Amino acid sequence: MSGKPRLTYLNGRGRMEPVRWLLAAAGVEFEENFLETREQYQKLIQDGVLMFQQVPLVEIDGMKMVQTRAILSYIAGKYNLYGKDLKERALIDMYVEGIADLMQMILMFPFSPPEAKDKNLDSIKERATTRYFPVFEKVLKQHGQDFLVGNKFSWADVQLLEAILAVEEKVPAVLSGFPQLQAFKIKMSNMPTIKKFLQPGSPKKPPPDDCYVEKVFKIFK
Amino acid sequence: MSGKPKLHYTKGRGKMESIRWLLAAAGVEFEEEFIETKDDLEKLRNDGVLMFQQVPMVEIDGMKMVQTRAILSYIAAKYNLYGKDLKERAWIDMYVEGTTDLMGMIMFHPFQPAEAKEKNLALIIERATTRYFPVYEKALKDHGQDYLVGNKLSWADVHLLEAILMAEECKPDILSAFPLLQAFKGRTSNIPTIKKFLQPGSQRKPQTDEKFVALVRKIFNF
Repeated sequence: MSGKPRLTYLNGRGRMEPVRWLLAAAGVEFEENFLETREQYQKLIQDGVLMFQQVPLVEIDGMKMVQTRAILSYIAGKYNLYGKDLKERALIDMYVEGIADLMQMILMFPFSPPEAKDKNLDSIKERATTRYFPVFEKVLKQHGQDFLVGNKFSWADVQLLEAILAVEEKVPAVLSGFPQLQAFKIKMSNMPTIKKFLQPGSPKKPPPDDCYVEKVFKIFK
Repeated sequence: MSGKPKLHYTKGRGKMESIRWLLAAAGVEFEEEFIETKDDLEKLRNDGVLMFQQVPMVEIDGMKMVQTRAILSYIAAKYNLYGKDLKERAWIDMYVEGTTDLMGMIMFHPFQPAEAKEKNLALIIERATTRYFPVYEKALKDHGQDYLVGNKLSWADVHLLEAILMAEECKPDILSAFPLLQAFKGRTSNIPTIKKFLQPGSQRKPQTDEKFVALVRKIFNF
């Protein structure tokens, strides 16, 4: 046993990607166990290692953790990315929950029927630019600090950078009305652990393609 | 200003109900301001008090908190219902995410189109009895204690009781194969703060009916 966290999921972003981001940002090396077939997935269920018969699964510190938010909260807590007290944690939680709602739209996008894709893309753009990004632009402007909460790098910063990049993949000029977020994106991308994660050859996964969508349907029916 | 938390939501369960449960279980009195019309919601939005233009919103300790999970986590930690360390918190989080998924299905059931309702109800019952309840039954069996985590009442226990009662509203004998959950339900319902919340006249909201569905559709536009 290596002692490194071990991630079990498909070889793609999905619900595991925020976990990869957070571990990488915390400078934590991890192993990955990729699900390629339905049989593999069913075996995990039969072996009783998936609490609610679902992945993501992260084996960490002797626990077989499931449920993305639980996993992310544990990692954030363990690696001091969760603020210094209850109130900072509350802010971080509010921010990551908002970002998670935006990321959920992006997560589901490849699975929408072809005729709904344009509408869904418009929704993503609208929500990003009118509901979510303005909040973080304002936060950064008001305190003038580099990080969202407590003048210290936290889970919220990692999650926001991931969301910015994911939306930009679909809407390239999306940050045009958000100068603070543009500066934030550059600063965060240059943090050593994140810079490393953004380089080719890292565990960061590419955007979902048709092949990935097909695999999801095959494995999870 | 009363110092009590103030909850902003419609007068029904929805996403605020778990928050009412947790505050009540913690013995915390709270006030409620009900959104009755679209204008009420617009006013909150225009006043800039809803971070992401959404409710639930809870005014607590000088913050205007939004996002159900963030609010619940804060309350749990503040009132010592979140375990004693990081690992207990991890277990509580995992358990709560499971009951959240189950209650989410039940919450959306009244909003399903008529032709999908029967099939959806069957799915809820299947998930409750094959995916979720077995996990909590086993947890209680494995350690033989009264509470899910750390031999102490936590957010996970309150959430599970809420989920059990909601599931029973879907199928009254849904716990028939789960003796430990039946005992858990009996014990936890008798905890004084929870017993009080379960009595008529408390701030617990009734089951969602057609009238509430119509109101929600009108106010939130869906």
